[in-house]
Amino acid sequence: MQWNHKDLLTISQLNREEIGYIFKIADRFDEVNMRPVKKVPVLKGKSVVLFFAEASTRTKTSFDIAGKRLSADTFSLTKTGSSLQKGETLKDTALTLQAMRPDAIVLRHWSSGAADFLAKRLHCSVINAGDGRHAHPSQALLDGFTLRSVWGEDFTGKTVLILGDIAHSRVARSDVQLLTMLGAKVRMCAPRTLLPCGMRTWPVTVYEHLATACKGVDAIICLRLQLERQKAGLLPDLREYAMTYGLDFSHLQQASPDVKIMHPGPINRGVEISSALADASNSLVLNQVASGVAVRMAILYLHMTRETAEER
Amino acid sequence: MSAPEYIVRNVLWHNQAMDLLVDQGTIQGLVPVEQGKEITPQSHAKDGHGVWLFPSLIDAHVHLREPGQEYKETIASGLHAALGGGFGQVMCMANTDPVNDRAQITEYILDTALRAYPHGPRIRPVGALTKGLAGKELAPMAELAAVGCVALSNDGMPVGDNDLFRRAMEYASDLGLKIIDHCEDPALSGHGVMNEGVVSGRLGLKGSPTVAESLQVARDILLSEYLHIPIHLAHISCKESVDLILFAKEKGIQVTAETCAHYLLWDETMLEGYNTLAKVHPPLRTREDVLALRHAVQQGVIDILVTDHAPHADFEKETTLDEAPNGISGLDTALSLYASLVEKKVITQDDIVTRCALRPAEIFHLPVNTFTPGDRADFVLFDPKIRWEVTPSSLLSKGKNTPCMGMNLQGKVSAHYLEGKLVYSTDTK
Repeated sequence: MQWNHKDLLTISQLNREEIGYIFKIADRFDEVNMRPVKKVPVLKGKSVVLFFAEASTRTKTSFDIAGKRLSADTFSLTKTGSSLQKGETLKDTALTLQAMRPDAIVLRHWSSGAADFLAKRLHCSVINAGDGRHAHPSQALLDGFTLRSVWGEDFTGKTVLILGDIAHSRVARSDVQLLTMLGAKVRMCAPRTLLPCGMRTWPVTVYEHLATACKGVDAIICLRLQLERQKAGLLPDLREYAMTYGLDFSHLQQASPDVKIMHPGPINRGVEISSALADASNSLVLNQVASGVAVRMAILYLHMTRETAEER
Repeated sequence: MSAPEYIVRNVLWHNQAMDLLVDQGTIQGLVPVEQGKEITPQSHAKDGHGVWLFPSLIDAHVHLREPGQEYKETIASGLHAALGGGFGQVMCMANTDPVNDRAQITEYILDTALRAYPHGPRIRPVGALTKGLAGKELAPMAELAAVGCVALSNDGMPVGDNDLFRRAMEYASDLGLKIIDHCEDPALSGHGVMNEGVVSGRLGLKGSPTVAESLQVARDILLSEYLHIPIHLAHISCKESVDLILFAKEKGIQVTAETCAHYLLWDETMLEGYNTLAKVHPPLRTREDVLALRHAVQQGVIDILVTDHAPHADFEKETTLDEAPNGISGLDTALSLYASLVEKKVITQDDIVTRCALRPAEIFHLPVNTFTPGDRADFVLFDPKIRWEVTPSSLLSKGKNTPCMGMNLQGKVSAHYLEGKLVYSTDTK
């Protein structure tokens, strides 16, 4: 398959075949990650700038490891200490970076549409590592890759519940697109203050009560509750949130016996998910982290070798 | 009657071909062509075949950025755009830097305008309602009125304090000055960058709900009724506000309202692809709101059309939607956009005359040319046949921030006369 995308901005830009192809490539890199020497020379001589204008530990580390395992040189730029703090515009920062001729820029930014903005202006590949509340395609791909290892290629007949702060979540937006494309049904559950507007147009069913929402589901994706939502008046306090929307073992009795639990991290134990459940045997949280490296290796590989992309 | 100095023959007025007779800077008459052909002017006759005649228009809501933000627009560049757009009077809002909340600033604005364009367009400053637009203390309204402010407004910085707003209405009313209110509940609006709705939810953008506007519209209507003081509502953008204004007018409450071409033409889908040129406040709403506003303009529920001309520098709009400033540069394109609404049969040429000249003159007590003999010969010839492309260089304003950029528009001002003198034409630019 010829990879024709310069950038990875959202899941909706991809078709099902392309998603399957990313997974297939990720399988091979997953195998590399199991080797004692976890490095292949496919991106030797290429450089990746990790431009993280918003705090991130796991996504940035994951992309950094992914790049290094492919033998690319990775360079990190964060908001603190960068010229963004000195009032430089996003455009100027991006053009400055481009002048240093990287092959890809991995961007995390607080503004929805930031990756789109950069992609339109830069020659190099732009990989969206999360823009505002808009999209987080690599997270959705790793979530899909993780579930695929349990369910196989086709998610038809499976039901996934996304639970928590959906309004502010780029992960939820990207997950909905990916999961429905792979054939799963998606449910959402959150207090109305944490649901995005216009959800009637989304291909999801919304539940107000967690217990009903869990009935018969095959996987539950818990979202992190940002602690500042309480200050913004969107919920009374974390205690009440944990009581009404926090996931624990009691909810799983209604779910499918093989229900899987996922979380994009970092977890607030005892808030959106009980601590014991986060560590339970049906939790895929750490599988997600492992998948993340393989999927991001596939993403970097496909976008950075696109002129010559062929099956290795 | 002596022969007029010159005649503009065959212009379209109320869908009829008329001859306009001008003498010594004033209107001598506007007569049917059969009558006009008997008259030989002293100087010359100009052929206006197929061209629409308008009085020089009034834009009751512009931002000219001077003093303080001359990199976005200067009074001179703004007035140049006004001339080319067909506007002979513009009411400039007070959110300059420093804010127009004292006589020196008003005088500076008037002097600068007079130096740049001694023959007009004329600038009609709108003074700040509160000091520094901070919404805390009343601005010195009597001082502002004395030097020539024609209205007061906290435009851009809506006043959340209802009691202060009430006192402002009362105090301004003693001075005979109307308040133009930017209707927005600041808390409800939050940091919304577009309309709250399906598109904002999908794009992951913070939305500003229509109720942030309509709630303040309701407040203003109720205060106006309670105090028996008229109020003018700025840039109405949604159906709920229209419903409230209709209710108020039917009750005889003294409320007038304006909207802009962009709310009559475009909806929130313009923001797709994170198009910062379509970021404006209040935001573009839904198709349903567009249709409600069109109906309101047809019915006169909305009294006047304004541009809310809000020029910005290119680099300011060349960023993410969160960071880009609100506003559309409107003076250059307004009349072409109104003409496109005539073409769509939403409004008529007469509506443009009423909503962009006669009615604003009535609301803000401004002079206007009604083509009655003796009126100042301030008029515009608009050629509906000219097709032009909106490019940075085709706009006279320094602000190139319009969603029209790159579009082809039909119809353009071909000549603008003030006091009978040709002050702008497409030939001379």
